[in-house]
Formats: sequence, C-alpha cells, structure tokens
Amino acid sequence: MNILKTYKIYIGGAFPRTESGRYYPITDSKGNTLANVCLSSRKDVRNAVVAARKAFGGWSEKTAFNRGQILYRIAEMLDGRKGQFIDELVLQGISKSKADKEFQQSVDRLVYYAGWADKYQQIASSVNPVSSSHFNFSALEPMGVIGIIAPQENSLLGLISLVIPAICGGNTVVVAASESHPLCSVTFAEVLHSSDVPGGVVNILTGKVAELAPALAAHMDVNALVSSDLGELQKPLALSCVENLKRRFTYMNSDQQGLNFVTDLQEVKTTWHPIESIGGATSSY
Amino acid sequence: MAKNTSTKNTAEWNYAASPESTSHIRLEKKYQLFINNEWVSPSSKKYFPSTNPASEEVLAEIAWANDVDVDKAVKAARKAYQEVWSKLSGAERGKYIYRIARMMQERAREFAVIESLDCGKPIRESRDVDVPLACNHFFYYAGWADKLEYAMPHKKPEALGVAGQIIPWNFPLLMAAWKIAPALAAGNTVVLKPAETTSLTALKLAEIIKDSGLPPGVVNIVTGYGDTGAAIVNHPDIDKIAFTGSTNVGKIIQRAIAGTHKKSTLELGGKSANIIFDDAPIDQAVEGIVNGIFFNQGHVCCAGSRLFVQENIAERVIHKLKSRMESLYVGDPLDKNTDIGAINSKEQLETIEKYIRIGKEEGAEIYQSQCAIPSKGYFCRPTLFTGVSQSHVIAQEEIFGPVLTIQTFRTVDEVIQKANNTPYGLAAGVWTDKGSRIFNLTTKLRAGVVWANTYNKFDPVSPFGGYKESGFGREGGVHGLGAYLK
Amino acid sequence: MIKTFDPNNMLSKITVDKVGVEERVARFQTRSIKNESKLQGLKMVLNMIDLTTLEGKDTPGKVQQMCYKAQHLHDVQPDLPTVAAVCVYPSMVSVARKALGNSSVKIASVSTAFPSGQSTREIKISDTKFAVDQGADEIDMVISRGKFLAGEYAFVFDEIAAIKEACGKARLKVILETGELSTLDNVRLASDIAIHAGADFIKTSTGKIQPAATMQVTYTMLMAIKDYYDKTGIMVGMKPAGGISTSKLALHNLVMVKEVLGNAWLTNEWFRFGASSLANDVLMQIMKSTTGLYQSSDYFSID
Repeated sequence: MNILKTYKIYIGGAFPRTESGRYYPITDSKGNTLANVCLSSRKDVRNAVVAARKAFGGWSEKTAFNRGQILYRIAEMLDGRKGQFIDELVLQGISKSKADKEFQQSVDRLVYYAGWADKYQQIASSVNPVSSSHFNFSALEPMGVIGIIAPQENSLLGLISLVIPAICGGNTVVVAASESHPLCSVTFAEVLHSSDVPGGVVNILTGKVAELAPALAAHMDVNALVSSDLGELQKPLALSCVENLKRRFTYMNSDQQGLNFVTDLQEVKTTWHPIESIGGATSSY
Repeated sequence: MAKNTSTKNTAEWNYAASPESTSHIRLEKKYQLFINNEWVSPSSKKYFPSTNPASEEVLAEIAWANDVDVDKAVKAARKAYQEVWSKLSGAERGKYIYRIARMMQERAREFAVIESLDCGKPIRESRDVDVPLACNHFFYYAGWADKLEYAMPHKKPEALGVAGQIIPWNFPLLMAAWKIAPALAAGNTVVLKPAETTSLTALKLAEIIKDSGLPPGVVNIVTGYGDTGAAIVNHPDIDKIAFTGSTNVGKIIQRAIAGTHKKSTLELGGKSANIIFDDAPIDQAVEGIVNGIFFNQGHVCCAGSRLFVQENIAERVIHKLKSRMESLYVGDPLDKNTDIGAINSKEQLETIEKYIRIGKEEGAEIYQSQCAIPSKGYFCRPTLFTGVSQSHVIAQEEIFGPVLTIQTFRTVDEVIQKANNTPYGLAAGVWTDKGSRIFNLTTKLRAGVVWANTYNKFDPVSPFGGYKESGFGREGGVHGLGAYLK
Repeated sequence: MIKTFDPNNMLSKITVDKVGVEERVARFQTRSIKNESKLQGLKMVLNMIDLTTLEGKDTPGKVQQMCYKAQHLHDVQPDLPTVAAVCVYPSMVSVARKALGNSSVKIASVSTAFPSGQSTREIKISDTKFAVDQGADEIDMVISRGKFLAGEYAFVFDEIAAIKEACGKARLKVILETGELSTLDNVRLASDIAIHAGADFIKTSTGKIQPAATMQVTYTMLMAIKDYYDKTGIMVGMKPAGGISTSKLALHNLVMVKEVLGNAWLTNEWFRFGASSLANDVLMQIMKSTTGLYQSSDYFSID
C-alpha cells in the first residue's frame, strides 16, 4: 500500500498546516482523492507576508552571484526529483509526454534565470550624463515583498515562471498556488527548502484564489501583485491595490520567460554625487 | 585679546529693487482651449481667472473644459495618432520635437516671466531652472524618437496611443515638458491638462506648438479644474494616464481606471529625508538643507522636508541654518534678487498655515526668519520646527511649503529606519564625507532619487520617480521612455 | 604672549565640498546690483582697495606715483573716497610713508620673504620688524606652504604667531597662497590655523600664483571667519588679492561678504581688495553711472 503524502503549506522556511485547520480535497480525473491540501486563510497570508518581509533584507543584500548560485542549485535539486514531479503532473491530469515537457522547461527556466541574476542590472541600469558636476547613475532595486497568484494550468511551469524572476531580482514572495492543481507547488517548496534558499524568501500557500488574491491585494506591506489574467477578479484586485499603490502586473503569457519578468519587479533608483573637478565646472576667474 | 568688534564706518548696503521687465511678454485677456492646433471656445462657455499670487491680480481668463470639450480633444488626438503621427518615421517625429525645443529657447525669457507671474516662483528659478530644463527635456527626447529600439532591451518599441496627462502647479512648464516630450518621442499623441492656477505657460507652449507646424491634434491642451481632469481619466479612448500631483488624487485616478486597459504612471507626494552626518561638509550641507526645503517655496514633491541631523552636531547645524535663513530674500517673484517668491494660491497658503498651527500645538519649537514679507499676495516666511519626532503630524504629512522639521539621530541604522519610516519614497539626501557610508545609505534608503552631498538636482537625462506611495514609473532619461511604450 | 598651537581646539576639521561651494558662489553671482546700490557698492569697493605694486622693478618713482593716485583716484569726480592702503615691498615703505604724508591711506608691506616664504624664521621676523620700523601700518605675511603641505601645522602656526608678535601695533594679514594649497579643504584648514595664530586679516594670494582670489576660495575663507566669530565674538578681516580686476567681480565679492558675514564687514577695516588694475575699472563704472556714457580708458590715469 502506498503512503499518502501530507501536503502542507510553506511559510518562513517551515511547513505548517494552515492556521485555520481547513482543507480541501484534490481529486484525479476519475474522482479519486489524491490529497487533502490546506485551505489557507487570510491569517496565513498575513503570516507569510511577515516572513517574506523579514527575509527581504538578507535576500536582497546577497550578492547577485550568490543569488544566481542558489537559483542554479534549485534547478539541480528539481532535476533530482524528476520522477516525483512527473508523477504529480500526470496525476493531476496531463499526459506523460506533456508532463515530461513541462518538467524539462521548468528546469531550463531555472537555469535561465540563474544566469540573469548577475546580468539584468548591467542591461537595465544606466549612467546618466547630467549637465553639471555630478556623477549620476540609475540602478535597479527589488520592490520588496511580491504577492504572486500562480496560474491554474501549467501548475509547475507557471509557478516557476512567475516566482523565479521575482526572487532572481532580490524580492521575496508570497504565492497563492494553483487552486486546482496545487500538488507540484508544495513539492516545489520542498525543493526550495533543500536548495539553500533562505526561509521566508518564497512562501507558498494553497487554497482558493478568490480568498487569497484579495488578501494579498489588500495587504499594506505587499509591494506588488503579479498574476496571469484573473478575469472577473481583475477589477476588484486592482481597486484593492490602490490603497498602498501596490504595483500590479498581469501577464497574458505567464508561462513565458524574459528579462522583463525580472525588471518589471524592480524600482529604478537614481543617485547623484558631486564630482570635484570636471571640465568647465571651475571658475574662469 | 581685545575684541575687534568695531563697526566704525559700517555702511548699510542693500540691494535696490531689480524687477525683471514685463514689457516683452504677450498675454491674451482670454485663453481658449487648444484642440487640433486651433483655439476653440469651450462648449461649457465657462471661464475662470488665473491670478498672480504675488499681487492677487487677474492675469487672464482661462477656458474651462467640460466632458464634451475633452471628448473633442481626445478625438482629435486619436485621429492624429491614427492618421499622421503613428505613420511618421521616428526621425521625422524627432525633428518636430527639436523644433519645439528651439522655439522655446528663443522665447525663454518670456516663458520665465510668465511663469513667475502666474505661479509665484522667483524669476531667478524660472529663468535659471524651470525654463532651461523644460527646453532641454524636449531636446533630450527629440533625439530618442528614431532610436527607440535601443531604449528597452526587452520591449519592442510601440507607442501606446493617446496619452492623457495631468500636471501640477509647482513647475507648470517643466511638468508639461516632462509629459509631452517623451510621449511624442515614443509616438503617442497627447491631451494635457495644466493645473487650474497655472495654465498660462502651457498655453504659451501651445502657441509654439502651433507655430512649429506640429500636425494638428498631436498635442491638445485643455484647461480647467479637477472635473476636466476626471473627464480625461474617465474617457474610454485614452490609453494611458500620466499624472503628477498629490497622492490622494493619484489614488482616485487609480481607482477610476481599475479594471480598464489604461496604463498609468504617477508622480505623487513625498516627505523626503535629508540626512546630515557629523563628518559632512557642513556649510554645503546647510546650503543643501536650504535648497532642499526652500527651493520653489517648498512646493516640490521631493523637498527635503524631514531633516535628520546627527545629534552631536545638531546645535551647530541649526545655528548655521537659522543664520543662513536670515539671508534669504522673500518677496516679489519678479525681482531678480528674490530667493523665495509667493505661495501659489490662497488655498495652499492656508494649508501651510494650518500645518504650522498643528506643529505649534504638537509642541514643536518654531523658528521663522525675521525677513519682511509683502502685505499683499500670498507669502510665507521660511519656517523650521525643532524638537520634532516621527510621531508628529508635521513630520508625517506632506506640507508642500517652506516648512522644515528637524529630528536628531545617533546611529546609521537608526536614521535609515527613521528615513524609511513613511509611506512615501520619492527622494532622500545624504551628507557625509565617507564614501562607504554614502553607498550604504544610498542603497538602503527606499526612495527613487538619492542625492548624496547635494539636493534638488534635476536633469533631463536623470530618471525621476518614487517608491511606495510616491507613485510609480520614471520620468527623464532612458527609463522615462518606458512609460510611453508598449 | 605668543600663542601656542592646540590642534584639538583650533582646527574645525570642517570638510568642504567644492561643487557645493561653486553652486553657492554662482548664487552670489546672480545677484542683480542696480542703480543706487551699484553706485554705493562701487564707492565702497574703491575705499577697500589696497593699491598694490610688488615687482622686482619697483622704484621710488613708481611708488610715489602710485601713492598720489591712491589719494586722487579721479579728481574730476567729486566725493570719491581714497583707496584703503598702498601695498609695497619693505624697501619701499619709507618712500610710501613720505609720499602719503598725513593721508588716511594706510601703508601695507609684504614681508616674511614674500612671495615664496622660503627663508628662516629669523630673517622673516627681521623683515617684518624692518617694515614696521619704516612706518608700515599693516604687514602682509606669507605662510610656509611647503611646511603646510608636509603636514607641519604647528610650524605654520608658530611662525604666524611669531610674526604677529613682531608686528607690534601693525595689523597682520596672513597670505595663505591658496593657489598652492590645491584643495578647499586645505584652504579651510590654513584659514583656521592663521586665525587662531592671531591673524587680523586672512588673505588669499600673493598675486604671483594662479589661480588667485577665486570666489570659491574667498567664500571658504569667509566661512572660517564666520565660524570663528560665532564662537568667539572676534572679527577677522578678509582680503582677496589677485585676479579681481572688474567692477562686476568686486561687487559680487561684496555681495558674498554681506550675505555671509553681514554689513559689519563692509568697511575697509574688515575687507580689502588686493588689486592694481581694479580701481580704474570701478572708476569707469562710476563715471558711466553718473554721466550715462560708456567710458574709455584713455580718460583714467594709470599710475
């Protein structure tokens, strides 16, 4: 007889059950129960945001090289659990060949962003030739705590496609996993847990989008909210985001990759400093 | 040693009045709306006065656009976008923008005088800061128009369409330039609304736009109050809202466009920290404090309104600051020697006075410079409050006037925490002689612009914009193009 | 009593950001001085000039002519002041004393192995005493820039204090020769040393080294004077010298003194210009103001 896995949520580097004690069943296409997963609450969102905020300082101050190393380590650990992920993808209703493909793309995506970690800054920052004796440059800084609503389909690739560029850029995240296909997200949390990602950098909650997304959108300590198109929910979420002027990004192509997935979640900071002597700056007297 | 304090033969030497001439400026008595390169009277048939805040005299009557007028302007902009502007090459667009820049330069003095008349800012600032920066902004973005593919490595440069732009009264012409120049360079057409108290330089810019031969409808300028702005925000055929103003109105705009296809960039309020360490070049830091809070009467969203001074030098800095405040000239904006001009409006003066009252009631200690101020017009003495803590209202809310709050600190970590302890994140200043500390602070301060050993510097190539509730998006530099490209 | 060097109390350790100073100075330069302020300012400038000749080829004849000019700047225009002083080498002090007679125009003499200051303390002291004995009212000494740049601040301080002692009743102006100090931080430090060592005036330059009296340097020195005054209540004078040859620049200097130190310093007791060609430019401006006509240098004597 198989041992049934307990799917818990992931907050601050630990795997608690939801504080609400609620759960919901996940079934396969034949209606067999695959697992009971946590039906996370607003309080879980709050705890996860606290954990993410706490982790932000350390993670954002790690060297870019180090973040790249850790992202690559995630890829290695993910690849080591290939069988488990493909099983879960198939259990949740897609074909073996599709599962194979999604898994391979997920690993490749991790490697892709591992490479960006120490490069996006060079592409998107600038030295600005101001008309005065000042050195002026604009560089990117992570926005802070990012709320992410993972896509419902492509439950592994979609998750990775939104989470990894966010943390690649030094943000910490609170993720509402795919409501209908949550298994991979919890298993992915176990991968993160074993790959040198500090606790709190990625926090993953399972539950209802309709409950978790508004909680993330309204939270005053979340700096941005990222999702695929959420249809009817778009407008109320946008309204909730106004309260602290949360940045809102909706990706129609949320299973794609690109530099903009990293740079969208960055603020541009411009710094000025005087230069003691520069042509023309000294008096002609 | 005997004190050499003789003041024998001392002359009182004061500056004679030195008003800038107004003889070369041309102002109409009445201004219409600028739609499709034509002056159109408003369907509302309503006009409102634009007054000189230094004399309370009416300068001109300005048309008040309603929904119908805004619709007319948006239709003109849409037509111009579809039929002309989107079909022009970048190089051709650039040439139009260059031409506008050149024509503004030629009329720079006229712009400066009108800006000071209408807005209340000293002629020295409008002449040396606002107008040249506005011209240069057009020059800078003109050159981008045919190089957009180099601007955003991850974007295909495509214009958004029709941009609705709403600007504030503190830098009227400069804000118009910040909005219009990048929008046009990126290939958008524009409907712009100036602030109701300061429409004149935008309307003078419209004259130049007409003279420049820019195709009709590419830039439309509709004047009016908040209802005119709301009509722009709510118009279904606007693709993008660019707003500079208060955080409150920014949020109203965000709510209005929630769930629509409209993109937005917002430049909002601030309560920026200006931090002085004990090893700072102290006299230049004092200048930075003065420039940070008294530039443009403190009507600056990035004003260094929260001063943090290391406790061991606080007494000396405050002494020097008070002494420096006494050499500031407050008065006629048109006098070339005026350092601080008129508060932009009666309403704003009342707001500032309200906060000064609150500061006193909260128990902070007030100091105001002793200078004489004119009896007519809206003026406010340079003001500072000591004995302030983070919990004081005057240290939390944006006053938008020449009012500085001073707090002391002991350690680097403490001041970083206090500086970031605000919903805003527009700018910050750091003064220290130590390079490694500068980079520590400039990295940790959560603000879009950080001035180290300087303050309130602006340049067309330098991106400007906020973190947190100070808004999002950048204006200026290559990053400023992102706001107007798909 | 000769003062002793106490670095902890005498050096302000104030750093100076040059770009910030340039911005501040630019603000003084945008001040618009018109009409009666301009005329009043120009007359003040004339009365603050140390009319100077410091050349190897100076002769009694040259000094006598200059002394006459010092008292008769432009006699066709009534109610013009005299200059503040003439400034000459020690060997020319007696000539100047005789030429000036009872005039209120003071005699300043450079000393201390001017302009390089590369000599022994004994020679510098005797150089100073000689000038005072010959009738100098004011002594313009140079600091030992080499020692300063080598970090020997106590040496520099002691030397100034010793010269101050040698001056007796003569007022001491201490020339920093800022063009050789290279940074504004050094200018500030040297100002602090000179002031604490007993300088009655601090002065920018010998006129032999470029750059000389830039407004940036003068501003930095004025701030040192201000800080000292705020701390002790003791006024110290300022003399920019070298390179100020136009009325406009002189007026901008006055603006700077007024806005930094206040009107109390706007007298030749506390502010001087070391200049040789400034006077005529100021005179031409005054004549332009009073006649309304632009002037030609042919109408102004060049002693």
